[in-house]
Amino acid sequence: MKGTLQVNGVAHDVEAPDDMPLLWVLRDMLGMTGTKYGCGIAQCGACTVHLDGKPVRSCLLPVSAVGDKPVVTIEGVGTTPAGAKAQKAWIELDVPQCGYCQSGQIMSASALLANTPAPTDADIDAAMAGNICRCGTYLRIRAAIKRAAGTQA
Amino acid sequence: MATSIDTSRRGFLKVSAAAGGGLLLGFELLQDGAEAASAFAPNAFIRIDPKGIVTLIMPQQEMGQGTHTGHSQLLAEELDVAMSQVVLEQAPPNDMLYGGPKAPPERRRQSTGGSSSFRNGFYISLRQAGANARAILVTAAARLWKVDPATLRTSDGVVYHDPSGRQIGYGELSPRAGAITLPTDAPLKADKDFKLIGKPVHRLDVPAKTNGSVTYGIDVMAGKVPVAAVLQAPVVGGKVAAVDDAAARAIPGVKQIVVLDDLVAVVADNTWLAFKGLKALGVTWNDGPNGRLGQADIVRDLREKTSKPGVSAKNEGDIDKAFGSGDRIDVAYEMPFLAHSPMEPLNCTVHVQGKTAEIWVGTQVQTGAQKAAAKVLDVDPKAVTLTNFMLGGGFGRRLDTDMVTNAVRVAQQVSGPVKVMWSREEDTRHDTVRPYYRNVMAATLKDGRIDAWLHRISGGSVPVRMSGKPPKDGLDGSTIDGADEIPYEIPNLRVEYVQCEPGAVNVGWWRGVGPNNSLFAVESLIDELARKAGKDPLEFRLAHLQKSPRAAGVLRLAADKAGWSGPLEGKAGRGIAMINAFGSFCAAVCEAEVNADGDVRVRRMVVAVDAGKVVNPDGITSQVEGGVVFALTSAFWGNITVANGRIQQSNFHDYRMMRIHEAPPVEVHIVPSNEDPGGIGEPGVTVSTPALVNAIAAATGIRLRTMPIDREILAGRKDNA
Ligand code: FES
Ligand code: FES
Repeated sequence: MKGTLQVNGVAHDVEAPDDMPLLWVLRDMLGMTGTKYGCGIAQCGACTVHLDGKPVRSCLLPVSAVGDKPVVTIEGVGTTPAGAKAQKAWIELDVPQCGYCQSGQIMSASALLANTPAPTDADIDAAMAGNICRCGTYLRIRAAIKRAAGTQA
Repeated sequence: MATSIDTSRRGFLKVSAAAGGGLLLGFELLQDGAEAASAFAPNAFIRIDPKGIVTLIMPQQEMGQGTHTGHSQLLAEELDVAMSQVVLEQAPPNDMLYGGPKAPPERRRQSTGGSSSFRNGFYISLRQAGANARAILVTAAARLWKVDPATLRTSDGVVYHDPSGRQIGYGELSPRAGAITLPTDAPLKADKDFKLIGKPVHRLDVPAKTNGSVTYGIDVMAGKVPVAAVLQAPVVGGKVAAVDDAAARAIPGVKQIVVLDDLVAVVADNTWLAFKGLKALGVTWNDGPNGRLGQADIVRDLREKTSKPGVSAKNEGDIDKAFGSGDRIDVAYEMPFLAHSPMEPLNCTVHVQGKTAEIWVGTQVQTGAQKAAAKVLDVDPKAVTLTNFMLGGGFGRRLDTDMVTNAVRVAQQVSGPVKVMWSREEDTRHDTVRPYYRNVMAATLKDGRIDAWLHRISGGSVPVRMSGKPPKDGLDGSTIDGADEIPYEIPNLRVEYVQCEPGAVNVGWWRGVGPNNSLFAVESLIDELARKAGKDPLEFRLAHLQKSPRAAGVLRLAADKAGWSGPLEGKAGRGIAMINAFGSFCAAVCEAEVNADGDVRVRRMVVAVDAGKVVNPDGITSQVEGGVVFALTSAFWGNITVANGRIQQSNFHDYRMMRIHEAPPVEVHIVPSNEDPGGIGEPGVTVSTPALVNAIAAATGIRLRTMPIDREILAGRKDNA
């Protein structure tokens, strides 16, 4: 495809094979490395970005399917109210360990928070089960989501 | 990095102005070889520039365990600067400067593993470095103002002279500090004066990990250098037989196909094209003799070899005589091969230019990686420049350097820099796996107490695999680690090691290392003995720990916080376990329920830790929380298997990780302690599996002796062989 991608509110001219996943366009063409490769088969969530406000796994999303829908990545999510709240809570609770999964965790969490301002444990399970954290930071992820939502200190 | 340390006078530290006018400061360390008997070698560094920016150079690698924050606390505490004033810099490769200061110089290694960050001497040596630097700055201020240094105090990077109300920042003082020579033994703060050590401090690496700005090895020069996707012989010792590259070459953007004797790589404009090109490549392998190796062969060999006595690692009392009487139990426990699966798949960016190379990577062993590259190029390690980046997980995998070796081999064939990438599948199939272990054990009870104890351990030896040499005196200490220092008071005890390498499977260090296996077996058998003796598992343990207050202390604390003898609802049980390893004591109470289908749910894990003096309590809590998940992941699903010489698992669909909805609440309780700091990255891993298995036994009466947990057994559909 040859066209324009809207990423974090900025238009980027891109020329890429149609089947090239958005993940690699972001990383290797636009140099936006915050979005991570973990599995390439939609198992780990490290590559999660927002497409038109919804969390998607960019490792399996062909760039040709993006069209003119806006893409938000970890580099830009802080400008959204939910993203900013999530990042703040993540820092306050020292959530990350190695940190490699955390871009994806924050993208999934901020999408959840944007749609469900006071998520229950079940909401959190459903929204976050696709994001693996090998370091095992799940407890703090859950607490940070509640903190961002203002449902827990 | 240029250092300007005068090492000529023993016990004295000479500071010279560093590049840029800042203060560059090394700190005293152990003697550096024979010639240096009257000198001292600098280690980690503090750099203060005239603007007052305090740069702390980190000898160890950050991989999420909080080492950079903890080491900064030690330096900043004694230097008397606030955490917000410091900037961190990763040390360059240098064993002598940055290897653990407790080790003799020839054995010093710049390596981050084995829960070593606070155990290998850094706790004192980094504080001393901070204190010495502070003393110099105070002297500089005293000379400037012509006052007695004793009338000065420091706080948050400023020297104060209260009688005159004068103050001056460290930055302003730094050019003046250059010429000052001072003893290297400036007094350290008393514990009661600590502002940072022992306090929960926010991790310094966290903010950059929440906005995508942190750089891991995989992010280096993304989009600016070509990518080589690598495919290594699926069987150890296998060779490339033939390559059909027509389809791969036809892909626009594929630049080069690299074919070496035991691997192939496709070089392309970007990662996606490199992966795509690799999939299009038709490779035929010549597996060689290892192509027939199967899991059953490995396990059979292990069982046969452990049926006979091994090399004695510890022998107390008279075990043969003791086994002549008493109530005897004979059991065997087995633990599977495990992959590390760090979230960041292996990668290494290399630029080879003739006889020099530049490397960008995330490694746990900077100097080891440098040497590995130098070996490929047949050059001195100095010809290799290495820049280390944040690690997207290590867990021991990045203590190995195979990824550097193979990346350099590929890069030798490529003109210009190239990023060599492992797909997740390649990362899993070529992991250096945690050894498959077997523990053959026997014990007797006499009057309700353990009288005799035999623990025979075997599993692939990591040092043997890494060095290619047999273990010294036939004994691999890393395999029996933990088993030989159990605090339980047992009059007749023998620990044996049996060497049995798994042939064509590469084994490696895995978070929790030897004690993960040996203490799983110990804590399982103790539990079995308690039940056989009709005793409460907590009381039974305590009865054998009269001389080990720290062991008893963590057990009591965990039991107390977990409500050990309180009522339980449903088909559930509580299991307890205690470990003494990595210089720490740790106990856990696991509450688990088991349903009719054999599904296990952990309701809660309560962990008590005595890790000696604490640097960052929240760091301990976080490491234990993560360690519990790491252990439960392997207990439930961890099982790497081998067929036709190949690792059969490849990605997260067939090598499962615990997910958020499966992760139990974890409570961590820290014992206040004045003992030497212990490790904390691993104890939470090691203690959790036996606590879980003991809980399952309490809930069901079924004793699982082979990991991972087999639900078929718990559902009653399969015999518990
Ligand atoms: S990389 Fe996309 S889900 Fe794992
Ligand atoms: S923080 Fe390391 S994988 Fe999540």
